[in-house]
Amino acid sequence: MGTFAAFFSRAIMQGTPLLFGAVGEIITEKSGNLNLGIPGIMYIGAISGVIGAFFYEQSDYYIPAIGVVIALLSCLLGSLLASLIYCFLTITLRANQNVTGLALTTFGVGFGNFFGGSLIKVTKSEVPYLSLAETGSAFSATTPLAGLGWFGKMFFSYGFMVYLAILLAVLASIFLNRTRAGLHLRAVGENPATADAAGINVTKHKYFATCAGGMIAGLGGLYFVMDYMGGIWANDGFGDRGWLAIAIVIFALWKPVLAIPASYLFGALYILFNYLSLPMSMIPIFQMLPYVVTILALLITSIRNNREKQPPAALGLSYFREDR
Amino acid sequence: MNKQVAIELKGISKHFGSIQANRNVDLTVYRGEILSILGENGSGKTTLMNMIAGIYYPDAGEIFIDGKPVAIQSPKDAFDHKIGMIHQHFKLIDVFNATENIVLGIEDGGKYNLAKAEEAVREITEKYGFEINPQKKIYDMAVSEKQTVEILKVLYRGADILILDEPTAVLTPQEIKKLFNVLRAMRADGKSIIIITHKLNEVMEISDRVAVLRKGEHIGTVETKDTTEQQLTEMMVGRKIVLNIDRTQVENPADRLLVVDLNCTNQEGAKVLDHISFTARSGEILGIAGIAGSGQRELLEAIAGLQPLDSGEIVFIRPKKNLPVSFYHKTLKEVKHLAAEGKFHYEDGTPVDLSGKKNGEIKKLVNDGKILFNEDEVMSLRDKTPLQIRELGVRLSFVPEDRLGMGLVGNMDLIDNMMLRSYRKGNSILVNRKPPETLADQIVKSLEVVTPDLHTPVRKLSGGNVQKVLVGREISSAPKVLMAAYPVRGLDINSSYLIYNLLNKQKEDGTAVIFVGEDLDVLLGLCDRILVLCGGKVSGVVDARSATKEEIGLLMTKSKQTTEQEVSAHE
Repeated sequence: MGTFAAFFSRAIMQGTPLLFGAVGEIITEKSGNLNLGIPGIMYIGAISGVIGAFFYEQSDYYIPAIGVVIALLSCLLGSLLASLIYCFLTITLRANQNVTGLALTTFGVGFGNFFGGSLIKVTKSEVPYLSLAETGSAFSATTPLAGLGWFGKMFFSYGFMVYLAILLAVLASIFLNRTRAGLHLRAVGENPATADAAGINVTKHKYFATCAGGMIAGLGGLYFVMDYMGGIWANDGFGDRGWLAIAIVIFALWKPVLAIPASYLFGALYILFNYLSLPMSMIPIFQMLPYVVTILALLITSIRNNREKQPPAALGLSYFREDR
Repeated sequence: MNKQVAIELKGISKHFGSIQANRNVDLTVYRGEILSILGENGSGKTTLMNMIAGIYYPDAGEIFIDGKPVAIQSPKDAFDHKIGMIHQHFKLIDVFNATENIVLGIEDGGKYNLAKAEEAVREITEKYGFEINPQKKIYDMAVSEKQTVEILKVLYRGADILILDEPTAVLTPQEIKKLFNVLRAMRADGKSIIIITHKLNEVMEISDRVAVLRKGEHIGTVETKDTTEQQLTEMMVGRKIVLNIDRTQVENPADRLLVVDLNCTNQEGAKVLDHISFTARSGEILGIAGIAGSGQRELLEAIAGLQPLDSGEIVFIRPKKNLPVSFYHKTLKEVKHLAAEGKFHYEDGTPVDLSGKKNGEIKKLVNDGKILFNEDEVMSLRDKTPLQIRELGVRLSFVPEDRLGMGLVGNMDLIDNMMLRSYRKGNSILVNRKPPETLADQIVKSLEVVTPDLHTPVRKLSGGNVQKVLVGREISSAPKVLMAAYPVRGLDINSSYLIYNLLNKQKEDGTAVIFVGEDLDVLLGLCDRILVLCGGKVSGVVDARSATKEEIGLLMTKSKQTTEQEVSAHE
């Protein structure tokens, strides 16, 4: 039971950044914006939070709760600004979404590494990483319930952001399916001309969804640095998790609630090789698993061709009212 | 009658680039009336209505509602003024159900409650006599149901002024009757209804007044009871046109296409073609009548090689008697083989014997046109690819509901679309753009296509003009068999007659024309024989010169009734 509980909790922790990213991307894609800049935005969110926390940690009166709030706010601000770049280019100027997204990802990774590297230089650190131990421990603080043996380990041994991710996924689902604004947002992503003719402000909804989605995704980057890594920033540390988040969107059929198990499954697959005694040469095969699963999911949904399980019909297309 | 003005337009103008869509239009609509807006394709009907509905904003002019000037800058403004438009292309979200589509875009500040909305929808449907299930998803709906949802959408918003853009274009006669009853119920309720159309008989049937537009200008508005179809046509076209289709006698008919016992099952496993047999003859127009979806599409696609068949045979008789063989359709090996079978003769009538001749000699004989066929060539089309079938001169100018879907590429200009049929010609690795340009120019001139220039992407043309380009291109290739499905759907009267004349011209040139139509008057006036399809079966072939509409109408529904009777007998 002990090993399984350890595996389970690692899988949850691996899955949480993916869940933030996937929920953010689902909300974005529901508006018809295929934001491939999400991996970059997660980097920018992470480094923005790190910068905020870093400067606050320099102050003399350090209060952990305020450190958490500052890290969260700077993360949200950074992700918002990055999302606005994408919005302005693709919605206002109607640039190609794929190109813009890929460029934003490249930019975001470079942005993170540049400021991360600079901060590491500033601290004159011997090792190539930056440690924000105090903020990190505040993020990963647990309740006493974590001590309840394997049960506590499996369900209560996480920092608050793990639960925040689940809450956001559930709220996103309610928003999309049970509210008028959610209905309007889905309409924009399915058929913007129709939504426009119905009196829905397409531009506003696209901006809102893309920015809200980007901010949620950015939290995933912050969680990774502050909780999963325990407050340690290393350049390129986040790896390819942003792309996995986008894969989960497809796997979860654009449903936020389905993204919860999907993210944990992907998290489990991501670290599975650690828990099997494998020769080194076999490891990359197991690291491939999440992508193989995504391809299988795409195959199955395409073959079944159920209209309810398709991406938003206008995904990736920019909208211009007088274009005939 | 005490007339109350609902909406008034004064001096409305709008242009797109160099095209003037509307010029100085004045128009008045009263409460409790049905007004038809009549005009040819591209006469600015839809643009004008779009300005009332807030899709476009006029360049000049004023709109008054209840006597007060208003600026309608967005569809939302239009809703606020109780104006609702039902577009020709439905604006519905496929994955939503009827109610979700109906409440879409409403911000009334109230709680979001779909169950309550559904009840309100049911109330409206009962009031005006609609038939719809509010929970049905749009992608499961037939066209008429989608239209009902569109109308409900504007009624739900409390619209008093309803604009319908060609509402009957997609409906069956029975559905049109139902729609008209609903419209009359709304008129009785004091609503103003504007219908854009170019079907004269419907204008006469449903409207109180008719406003005629020509080339973006308002020609005049007349009371329906004081006018005639002939007068309206003249106002629309600007000159007298004869509303009769010339039908020439069939000369020297020869069998061209034999369809023998075709059977075809679609992907859902339903039988769409059921033991179909007929013959199409040269110099004759064979009409195909039937309720939409009776197998017309599958039949034409089968002949064009696009539809897999269960069984049956399609024989093409290629008119080659006493004509020279060429390497365009035959390889050297095939020529030798056919010569050995004694299929050729020289100009002087002596049989061709190629045995012992060198390849070079044979090539020269063929290229000089010295070797002639004894008889017409008989070949099966089932073992040919669609490309080979096209090359043989069997042309399908299929005009489905989505005009751009088959045949034309929306983002390419007119010349490039001409080239889709000719890019294989010539031996250079570069294509010659001159002939397609000439062809495009000819089509634009002869069919009066309204376009800024030949380099305009086809998708920017209005529907009717797109259709003219498509039909024009197919006819230009001098086909042996020309299949045209609904070639005049969505076209105005003038353009329709242009197309009829083109088909007649093809007939005189000895082409076997197969014409799938929906208007029985046109079928009876244009065709020589009419084949009636019903549920994938041939329910009859009649002589168009002696048959009546009733006779064909009966054949169109005949087997359906019998099957229904059979079903009830089994129960």
